[in-house]
Amino acid sequence: MSTIQASARGIAWQRRRRAFALAWADYRSSVPGMIGLVTLVAFVLMALLAPVISDGSELRAVNTTNNPVWATPGDFPPLGTDNLGRSIWAQLVFGARISLLVGLAATAIAIVIGAIVGIVAGFFGGIPSGVLMRVTEWFLVIPFLPLAIVLATVLGPSIVNIVFVIGITSWPGTARLVRAQVLTLKERLYVDRSRALGAGGGHLMTRHVLPNVSPLILANTTLTVPIAILSETTLSFLGLGDPTRASWGKMLDEAFAAGALTRNAWWYYLPPGVCILIVVMAFVLCGQALEEILDPRLRERRRR
Amino acid sequence: MSETPLLSVRDLHVTYPGDVPAVRGVSFDLRAGETLGLAGESGCGKSTLAGALLRLLPRGTGVTGEVLLDGEDVFAMLPGRLRAVRWTEMSIVFQGALHTLNPVRRVGWQIAEAYTTHDADAPAREVRARVGELLEVVGLPAARADDYPHQLSGGQKQRVLIALALTCNPRLLVADEPTTALDVMVQAQVLRLLEELQGKLGLAMLFITHDLSTLASACQRLAVMYAGRIVEEGPSHEVFAEAAHPYSRALAEAFPVIGDPRFRMAPSGLPGDPPDPREVPSGCPFHPRCPRVVDECTTWEAELRRVTTGWDAACIHVRGDG
Amino acid sequence: MSARFVAGKALASLVTLAFVLVFNYFLFRVVAGDPVANLFRGRNLSDSQKEQLRQQFGLDGSQVEQFFRYLEQTVTLNFGRSYTSNEPVMSEIASRAWPTIALVGVSAILSALIGVLLGVIAAWNRGRKSDYAATSFTMTTYSMPDFWLGMLLLVFFAVVLGWFPVGGLSDPNTPDEGLAYVLDVAWHMFLPALTLTLAYLGEYTLIMRSSLLDTMREDYLVLARAKGLRDVVVRNRHAVPNAMLPVITLVAINLGFVLSGAIAVETIYSWPGLGLLTYQALTGPDLPLLQGLFLVFSASVIVFNFVADLAYAYLDPRVRYA
Repeated sequence: MSTIQASARGIAWQRRRRAFALAWADYRSSVPGMIGLVTLVAFVLMALLAPVISDGSELRAVNTTNNPVWATPGDFPPLGTDNLGRSIWAQLVFGARISLLVGLAATAIAIVIGAIVGIVAGFFGGIPSGVLMRVTEWFLVIPFLPLAIVLATVLGPSIVNIVFVIGITSWPGTARLVRAQVLTLKERLYVDRSRALGAGGGHLMTRHVLPNVSPLILANTTLTVPIAILSETTLSFLGLGDPTRASWGKMLDEAFAAGALTRNAWWYYLPPGVCILIVVMAFVLCGQALEEILDPRLRERRRR
Repeated sequence: MSETPLLSVRDLHVTYPGDVPAVRGVSFDLRAGETLGLAGESGCGKSTLAGALLRLLPRGTGVTGEVLLDGEDVFAMLPGRLRAVRWTEMSIVFQGALHTLNPVRRVGWQIAEAYTTHDADAPAREVRARVGELLEVVGLPAARADDYPHQLSGGQKQRVLIALALTCNPRLLVADEPTTALDVMVQAQVLRLLEELQGKLGLAMLFITHDLSTLASACQRLAVMYAGRIVEEGPSHEVFAEAAHPYSRALAEAFPVIGDPRFRMAPSGLPGDPPDPREVPSGCPFHPRCPRVVDECTTWEAELRRVTTGWDAACIHVRGDG
Repeated sequence: MSARFVAGKALASLVTLAFVLVFNYFLFRVVAGDPVANLFRGRNLSDSQKEQLRQQFGLDGSQVEQFFRYLEQTVTLNFGRSYTSNEPVMSEIASRAWPTIALVGVSAILSALIGVLLGVIAAWNRGRKSDYAATSFTMTTYSMPDFWLGMLLLVFFAVVLGWFPVGGLSDPNTPDEGLAYVLDVAWHMFLPALTLTLAYLGEYTLIMRSSLLDTMREDYLVLARAKGLRDVVVRNRHAVPNAMLPVITLVAINLGFVLSGAIAVETIYSWPGLGLLTYQALTGPDLPLLQGLFLVFSASVIVFNFVADLAYAYLDPRVRYA
């Protein structure tokens, strides 16, 4: 018999680690999920290694006066140049940084706010819940793009503002989902038992409710990031993004404005769009794989 | 009296996707006008059995064996014949507590649909009259036809389902847990209704439930299912009073009858749970929970042994004579 | 559906609208700072000149006075004058509304019809090739920016193949009326409408598929089959109508987004609707115009959300007869 004193928290963490290991094993068996994950890792690497795999100076028109304009990838590997002679490849690779960064940062804000609001509203009910849900619904009713446009116009074009705009327009979706989950959790016995043992609200929320809504939040996150990335793309395309940084949306804006469509300069307008498409689909694949793992109905069948 | 049984089930096996055996070799006969009760706990395979009889199980479910409806092989029927036979020869009274009625259609429409499916040319007046007639037979006012399911109480919904099942004058009625989830008083009413209808219309009835006590009076014969097999089958009063199989006995004792002195001093219950269909114990599947278990039970292939004429039980303690 | 229900929903919508008004004011007047100072930055104005300009734009007086003036103006649909064109904002919006309504309206209807059809096919053939094809296709179109899809279609069909015009509403050479005009507009509208239809239909496919899969699990479908109905009939008469309820709500909600749904796509195709107007208002920025557009867009969504609530309540008898 072991003589190690097992603390309650120790046991809980052990259990969680084991659950995590099982979930990871499950996830690994999903081919689409792994394809998505590998793709995302590849893009993150691409973004991180941007200065290594491309020449950052080629982003600025002042540095590229000697470059041929509208050069095809054949003439100017690897992806040709735009109307100002800037390297498309450099823009693509550095643009990945902004697109991914904004997507992740905005999602982080949205998830944190949404989770807090959802947990508090679901847990406490009554007036605070009513007020919070009214606010949430208000955000959900307002059309996203006009709201984002209006906010971005007033706040000015910068990365921080874009992250902020996307973040505060995205949290209501998470909040609503989390609140619904918390409401079902409240009915479960262990919350009552815990209360009977004298647990206070804070303890209940962090020790019981949060770990149990975390899987849902995680799945929601993987589906919120692609939406944030698409939003950033659209806002940048409309000219509301940071004018000093390359991003995939901005590339598309400039491609369109420079007439890349009529010139059929496919190396300018295809790569950014394809990258967005691939990244978004990768997130969706991961999200679907995660949902399959977390859905108890499907989990039962696979565990045995 | 050796006419062809109305329903003849031979060695029926039903396996769900993932190799889950829900029914593991069930055989029984049901004659015209006869009532057979089928009892067992949740998960023993009785509802699966009901679904299998008319090929209503989901696609991909493995079904082997034979089901003869009035001598005709149900599994060999072509789709057209199967659809014609459904509801006209045999119908099912489902459990009303679930979403068995379409929530966005009026109940009268749903009964009428059963009628017009098998008689497409029936004039609207005739259909309406039939719907009204059926509702009144089950004790509901004909005006209820215009109600939606959520406007009816549990007992009323169950009656609608019974009316629905009688629409095409079937000869065999399968009642799948018709009184589960109803209040005790309503249960008694619905049971009485079923007994009445069965007698009046001369229906053969397969009554499936987990509550053994309801079967004792409602049915002539009683079969008990455990882990996908029938473990006992015989005259209902005898089986209920003095079951030969220990499981049947435990099941009977779990449903005390008020006023019966046998139950007063002996609260009962059986330890353990029914086995997971994927992990059925070796030998007699009941041996882990059996109060009369002996060593041979773990290896004995539990087949039905004769207790007396018309009464079999799958227990090693049954001598097999009689 | 009682009058109280309708009144309650209407009140909620009005409250939301009120919040939008306050938000609009707060954002443009308070956060954006003094519009006069912003507009005439870099120009040396005397204080009296500034005061005069403020009066002209209605920006004098205390914040409270300004707010009430704003409310009063909004109610009379006076949104001020555009900075760029100096025309009243409301007339700008009114004159540019119909191209957007035509484009997005047609796309919304087509995407709903095609999307729902694909969703039904996908759900009914779950796990098979048609399901896989439908869901993959819609997932792909859903994952790309709608304006990028527009770019691709533009390049391929208009630039490379030359089948369709590169942009605009109509050919300046065709007369502004009559069949020739209508056909010309339709020809110009084809590509943008195709873009939006492809972009939107993914949502319908996914929701219809998911809703139908949930509905297919329901017990009343088993009962429908047991009654002898053919599979196709079970699907079309029982499963699909019930699964359509959330889709109908989605259609109503998306109609609300008709006005604001095509900002980026209109830009790509130079389609002179409210979307392009919004894009043009961003260079400046033409704040009164943006403010007016935002109000109109939001009001449209709020109104149609209200309609969607009523539609759902009407169609689902469980809510209607509650």
